[in-house]
Amino acid sequence: MLRLQKLEKLINSELSSKIKNSSIDNEELLIEIDENDLVDIVQFLKSNEGCKFKQLIDIAGVDYPEKEKRFELIYLFLSHEHNARIKLLIKFDINQSINSLTKIFPSANWMEREVFDMYGIKFKNHPDLRRILTDYGFKGHPLRKDFPLTGFNEVRYSEKDKKVIYEPVKLEQNYRNFDFESPWEGTNYIKEIKNSEEDGKKN
Amino acid sequence: MVKKTKSLSLNFGPQHPAAHGVLRLILELDGEIVEKADPHIGLLHRGTEKLIEQKTYTQALPYFDRLDYVAPMNQEHAFALAAEKLLKVEVPIRAKYIRVIFCEIGRILSHILNVTTQALDVGALTPSLWGFEERETLMTFYERASGSRLHANYFRTGGVHKDIPMKLVDDIEKFCKSFPKIIDDLEGLLTDNRIFKQRNVEIGIVSKQEALDHSFSGVMLRGSGVPWDLRRSQPYEIYKELDFKIPIGKNGDCYDRYLCRIEEMRESIKIILQCIEKLPKGPVKSIDNKISPPNRDDIKQSMEALIHHFKLFTEGYRVPKGDVYTAVEAPKGEFGVYLISDGSNKPYRCKIRAPGFSHLQAMDYLIRGHMLADVPAVLGSLDIVFGEVDR
Repeated sequence: MLRLQKLEKLINSELSSKIKNSSIDNEELLIEIDENDLVDIVQFLKSNEGCKFKQLIDIAGVDYPEKEKRFELIYLFLSHEHNARIKLLIKFDINQSINSLTKIFPSANWMEREVFDMYGIKFKNHPDLRRILTDYGFKGHPLRKDFPLTGFNEVRYSEKDKKVIYEPVKLEQNYRNFDFESPWEGTNYIKEIKNSEEDGKKN
Repeated sequence: MVKKTKSLSLNFGPQHPAAHGVLRLILELDGEIVEKADPHIGLLHRGTEKLIEQKTYTQALPYFDRLDYVAPMNQEHAFALAAEKLLKVEVPIRAKYIRVIFCEIGRILSHILNVTTQALDVGALTPSLWGFEERETLMTFYERASGSRLHANYFRTGGVHKDIPMKLVDDIEKFCKSFPKIIDDLEGLLTDNRIFKQRNVEIGIVSKQEALDHSFSGVMLRGSGVPWDLRRSQPYEIYKELDFKIPIGKNGDCYDRYLCRIEEMRESIKIILQCIEKLPKGPVKSIDNKISPPNRDDIKQSMEALIHHFKLFTEGYRVPKGDVYTAVEAPKGEFGVYLISDGSNKPYRCKIRAPGFSHLQAMDYLIRGHMLADVPAVLGSLDIVFGEVDR
């Protein structure tokens, strides 16, 4: 915990102008930056003595359709030397393309391809930006919130044509998404009540 | 006169016994030398992450069994830990021990499969016949705890589903006493086997630096001499209190990775035995009834328990807003779950970090300049399972 605070301080003092926001929640350090500074900051995190984030763990895309800056990317890094993790967050809108990290981390190649495949986010200077997980000739970006769970096309073997054919999805019954969430706040958790009682005793 | 040679493109898979699943590899060959490998993945893509966004936290858990289906509970563990971190639930101590026992059983399950099929890929049939018998025994342990051999769905946010029968603990102990002999037998077949060594030593070498750059984890990283194991460096559950060693390779080739896996199985046995010895009594899931369902007996007696039961299996529980990344040392490497909650009963986003994804990505780098016959050997030592690579 203390180490993370130190790390946060270091990063904030070294890159003060480029950091938009930084926080430690759930014992995890999250740093929000501008998407144009991404490559510089990652380079710094990788090479700085106090950071040494030498491994890119994953890139996670998130879609918030109602927000002005629709997409978020979260880069997860791991430093073996300091035994620390860090999350970099960038927010941007649908038309922007993001700088690729493939020059710094070769493993970013497939991770960025996956983000491109799932969200349609484009990466600048990526050597080979193809779809990766979806089918050949797939249309749309499945992890966007406006992509239906059932998809658009289904595949089956046609006895008549003697080959596998693609058809629009036909469901006997529409996918039903029940909203079970109760509109009531409900009672507080028992623990919370207990805690407040204990606080009351102290006072 | 100089003869011009044309490189040959070879399509490996998508159905090939040595591909360990549905992998399509486009290989460019110059004679028998591989010049380039382009893996096409996604043939087993089921949209797990998209499906999880539509399910409550309880309903999302079984999807993790279906990722790396060779060691299901290790995956469940990562998700359960993520939800627990957001909810700030405490897991009872007995549940922690049970979890560790089954995670280590999962590790043995996975390593047996990998070691023996790697041997199969390079021409040895017997190890897989011997190994699979033990796997079967281990899967009956899974069955006796959870009700199913493969897709266990046993871990829960705040503990495990049900307590394990006493007899099962004795049987696991008995297995742990007899299993080292089986490992010795397997080693007798492989470790000093001339053919096995010829096919694996100095094949698919990864240097320390390359292993880091390619986001390797688990045995792939340790095989190259990086002493890094999440159970030791970022301990979760009760790994802090257990005594075990972390085997590390020297040369980073296929043979070292094989040796690491063999040693890890021995260490897992030690861990299980320690857990059985220390196994405390007590509840196996959180006593907070807003998260874990009540006893069946209580439902008959108490109105409140009935309401809890109803609410938990319709609405589920709401998880506070926030985002967490939790990782566990799965048999194949660092398996992580990046979970974003918007405060509702369903995850807003659940990114799954599968170790095999990064490992397979390095295939092109690993195989370049090797012979075609080395492709299955390297692929075998990567320990790829397509359930987790394609998600």
